[in-house]
Amino acid sequence: MASTLDVSYDTRIPNNVGLGQDRKVLKALEKWHPGYIDWWNKLIPQNFQNSMVYLRTAVSVDPKGWTKFDYVKMPEYRWGVLLAPQVEERTIPFGEHKGKPAWQEVPGEYRNMLKRLIVIQGDTEPGSVEQQRFLGLTAPSLYDLRNLFQVNVEEGRHLWAMVYLLQKYFGKDGREEADDLLRRSSGSDEAPRMLGAFNEETPDWLSFFMFTYFTDRDGKMQLESLAQSGFDPLSRTCRFMITEEAHHMFVGETGVGRVVQATLDAMNKAGISDPNDIANVRDLGVIDLPTIQKKLNLHYTLSLDLFGQEVSTNAANAFNAGIKGRFMEHRIKDDHQLTNDSYTVKNIADGKIVEEEVPALTAVNMRLRDDYIRDASGGVGRWNKAIKKAGFDFQLTVPHEAFHRQIGVFASIKADPNGNIITNDQWEAGKNEWLPTLEDGTFIQSLMKPCYEPGQYASWIAAPKVGIDNKPGDFEFVKLHMA
Amino acid sequence: MNQPIKQHLIDPEICIRCYTCENTCPIQAIEHNEDNVVVDASKCNFCMDCIPVCPTGSIDEWRVVQTPYSLESQFEWEELPEQEALSVDATSNESVDDDPIAALLAEAHKGAGGKAHAPITASKPTINLYNLINPVEAVVQGNYRLTDSTSDTDVRHIILDFQGHPFPVLEGQSIGVIAPGLDDNQSAHLPRLYSVSSPRDGERPGFHNVSLTVKRDEGGVCSNYLCDLSKGDNVSVTGPFGSTFLMPTAPDARLLMICTGTGSAPMRAFTMARERTVGAQEGGMVMFFGARTPDALPYFGPLKKLPDKLLQKHLVFSRCATAEKEYVQDRMRAESQLVASMLQDNNTHIYICGLRDMEQGVEDALHSIAQSFGGDWLKLRNDMREAGRYHVETY
Repeated sequence: MASTLDVSYDTRIPNNVGLGQDRKVLKALEKWHPGYIDWWNKLIPQNFQNSMVYLRTAVSVDPKGWTKFDYVKMPEYRWGVLLAPQVEERTIPFGEHKGKPAWQEVPGEYRNMLKRLIVIQGDTEPGSVEQQRFLGLTAPSLYDLRNLFQVNVEEGRHLWAMVYLLQKYFGKDGREEADDLLRRSSGSDEAPRMLGAFNEETPDWLSFFMFTYFTDRDGKMQLESLAQSGFDPLSRTCRFMITEEAHHMFVGETGVGRVVQATLDAMNKAGISDPNDIANVRDLGVIDLPTIQKKLNLHYTLSLDLFGQEVSTNAANAFNAGIKGRFMEHRIKDDHQLTNDSYTVKNIADGKIVEEEVPALTAVNMRLRDDYIRDASGGVGRWNKAIKKAGFDFQLTVPHEAFHRQIGVFASIKADPNGNIITNDQWEAGKNEWLPTLEDGTFIQSLMKPCYEPGQYASWIAAPKVGIDNKPGDFEFVKLHMA
Repeated sequence: MNQPIKQHLIDPEICIRCYTCENTCPIQAIEHNEDNVVVDASKCNFCMDCIPVCPTGSIDEWRVVQTPYSLESQFEWEELPEQEALSVDATSNESVDDDPIAALLAEAHKGAGGKAHAPITASKPTINLYNLINPVEAVVQGNYRLTDSTSDTDVRHIILDFQGHPFPVLEGQSIGVIAPGLDDNQSAHLPRLYSVSSPRDGERPGFHNVSLTVKRDEGGVCSNYLCDLSKGDNVSVTGPFGSTFLMPTAPDARLLMICTGTGSAPMRAFTMARERTVGAQEGGMVMFFGARTPDALPYFGPLKKLPDKLLQKHLVFSRCATAEKEYVQDRMRAESQLVASMLQDNNTHIYICGLRDMEQGVEDALHSIAQSFGGDWLKLRNDMREAGRYHVETY
C-alpha cells in the first residue's frame, strides 16, 4: 500500500494510508465514525462545541506540513489516520527477529500480544478526554482553554490511530475492540477504563497540568517504546503521535510552572517569605507551594503505577518478539537482544528495600520507568529554578518510587516520600502532609473560576512567556460561542 | 569563511526538553546533555524541519554572530545571550516574508524529484539575514545591458553594493528585491528572488558586491524596476536565501551545468568562484547553455573568451538564422559520451537552471544517456540528489 506525505481528503477521514482504495477498512471506519462523533458531542459541553478554537491540524506528516493553525469548531476537527513516512527497508530493531525485515502485516504468532498492546494504548486516549471534560467551564484563560482543547482533539485523534490499526489488521476481533473503546468510560462502575490513572477524576486545572506533565509522559514513554516496534504500521503510527504528544508535555510543564510563578509573584508582592505560611498564601488567591508538592506526589505516583510490574515476563516476551522496544532503543548501544545482560531492580526483602540483579529482558518495564523518572525530574528542576530565582528557600521534589504505590513490589508496603518504610499508623498520621486532602481540594476548587477575557489570566496562574504559534498573549485563542 | 552567520539557537528558558527537534532533525545537528538542547552551528543547514514540530516556541531563535556559540557554551546557558551589536536583524526566520520565500524556493527546486541537499563539501550558507521588516539598502554600482541592442531580449547585469553592511552570499543563493510602490491591493510588493551571478567574495574580489542577471519581462514590476535603475540608486534587498543549490568546494569536484537564459546566473557565479579558487582544471566544468540567438545569450562575449580547460562550453541556439534549431538536450545527446562519463563519476555535480520548460527535455536526455551505459536514471538521480550532487532550480 502506497503511503505519501500528503494527506488525502478524498474520503470523510483525512488519511495518508490510501483509505480511498481500501474499501473494507474505510467501510469499517465509516461505520465507527458516527459513534465517535456521538461520543465527542455528548462529552464536551455544547457551547464549546460551537466555539471557534485556534487549533493546529496536520495537512501532511512531514515536519513542515503538520502544524497549520486556524480556527475550527471541535466537532469539525479533521481527525484523521496519519502515519509517519515509511522508512524503506526498515528492519526489526531488537529481539529475536532483529535484523529481519519489519513486518507489514501482523505476524500470526504475536497477534494477541499486539492486539492487547494496541487496545491498552487506545483505551487511554479517550479516557483522558473523559477525565477532562468539564475543565473548560473553569478555564483560567482563553489560552489555557485552547491548550486543553488541543490536547483533547489530539487524544481523540490518537484513538483514531489505534482504531485504524485494529480495524485494518485484526479483522472482526479488531472491530469489536474498536467498539469497546467507545463503550468503556472513565470512572464507570460497569465498564471503566483499563488503567487506574485513567479512572481518577481530573477535578481542577492544577490536576490537569500535573496529569499532562506526569501521566501523559508515561504515554510518551509507551509510544516511544511502541515506535520501535517491528510491526511497521504500529511504529509509524506511534512516531507521528509522539510529535503531537510533545505538545501535551508542554502544556503540563508550563502549566505547573505558571501556577508556581503566580504563587511566587503573589508572595513577593505581599512580602510573605515563608512558603509554608499556607493560610496567608492562600488568602492571596494562589496555590501554596506545599499543596503543589502534594498534587505532584499524587500524580507522579499514579503515573509510576502505569509501568506495571518491575519484573515482567509479558514485557520480556513483547521485547523478545520485537513488538515493544525500549525508550530510545536506536540510541542504546548494546546487542538489542539482551541475551546475557542484567539490570538492577528494587525489591523488598526482610522489610527493607534492596537492589537485585535480574535478567535485563525481564526488567524492560523497570528500565522504562527509570527512564521516565529521569525524564520527569527535568521539569521539576526547572520549576525549582524559578522558585530559587524568586528568592524562596523551597524545593519541589519527586517522591521516592516506593511512596504511595498500588502496583509493583512497593504495593505491599507503606513508605514515606523519602522511601523509608513506615507502619500503617505512621502512614495514617503522615498522609495528609503528603497527599492532597479533601480540604486542599476544596480550596483549589474555590479558585476555579473561568476567565474568558482575551489576555486575562486567573489570579492563581501566570501568563505564558510565549503564545501559541507566536501569537501574543492577548490573542483570542478561543472565540467563545455565547448561546 | 562566510561570516557573519545567522546562528540557530534554542531558548533554554522556554524549552521543555522533549527532544522532538532532535528526533526530527534529518542530519543530527541537534543534541542535548543533562541541561540543554542545542544546535550544532557547524552542522545545521537551515532546513527548518525542527521549527514547526517544537511545541514550545523556544526553537525559533537566531543570533547573528561573527563566531558561532560552541556546543559547550550553549550547554551552560540558563538564558539566551543578547544579540551582539550588529546592524542586522535576528528575528524569526519564519517572519512574514520568509515563509513564501521558502515556498518559492521549494517550488523552484521541485524538478529534482525530492528533497534537495547541499553538496557535502559546500560552504555553510547564511540565510534570512535580512527580511521584509528589516531589509538592507544596497546601492547600484552599475547596470549594463548584456544582450545586443538589436536583440529583442533585454538582459541586464546589475551590480549592487551593500555599503559596508554584512551580506554574506554564496554562489547559487538568491536575494530578494523589493520593488517600491504598492500593488493592486494597495500592499507593498513582496520580494522577488534573483539568483546572484557573482562569486562569494564579490563581483570584484574582496569588495563583496553582488551582481544579478535580470531579464526585462513585459509588464514585470520588479524586472522593469531593476532594469531601469541607474548608478547610485538605492534598492531594498532581503536574503540571502537558499541552502541547497550551492557549489562543492572540493577541487576534484566536477560540475555539469545545464542552463537557459538568465538561468546562467548561478553558473557564472560558480565559474568565477572556481576560477578564483581551483583555477583551470581539465574536465572540471562543462556547460550546456541555450538561448534563442547568440545576441540573446547573456555573457556571450566573456564566455567565449574563457579557456576550455576551465570551462567546456556548449552554446546552443534555437532560433539561429545560420544554423539548425538546437536545444540543450540535443547537444547533450550529441555529446553523450562526455555526459555519460560525468554521470558515472561520483565527483560530478549536476546543476539545471532556467525556464521550467527545459526540465523534461533534459530529463529525457539524461535518461537515455544513462541507459547507454546500463544505468537507471531515476535511481542515479535520486542517489545523486541525496548525496547533494543533483540540483534543479527552474521557474
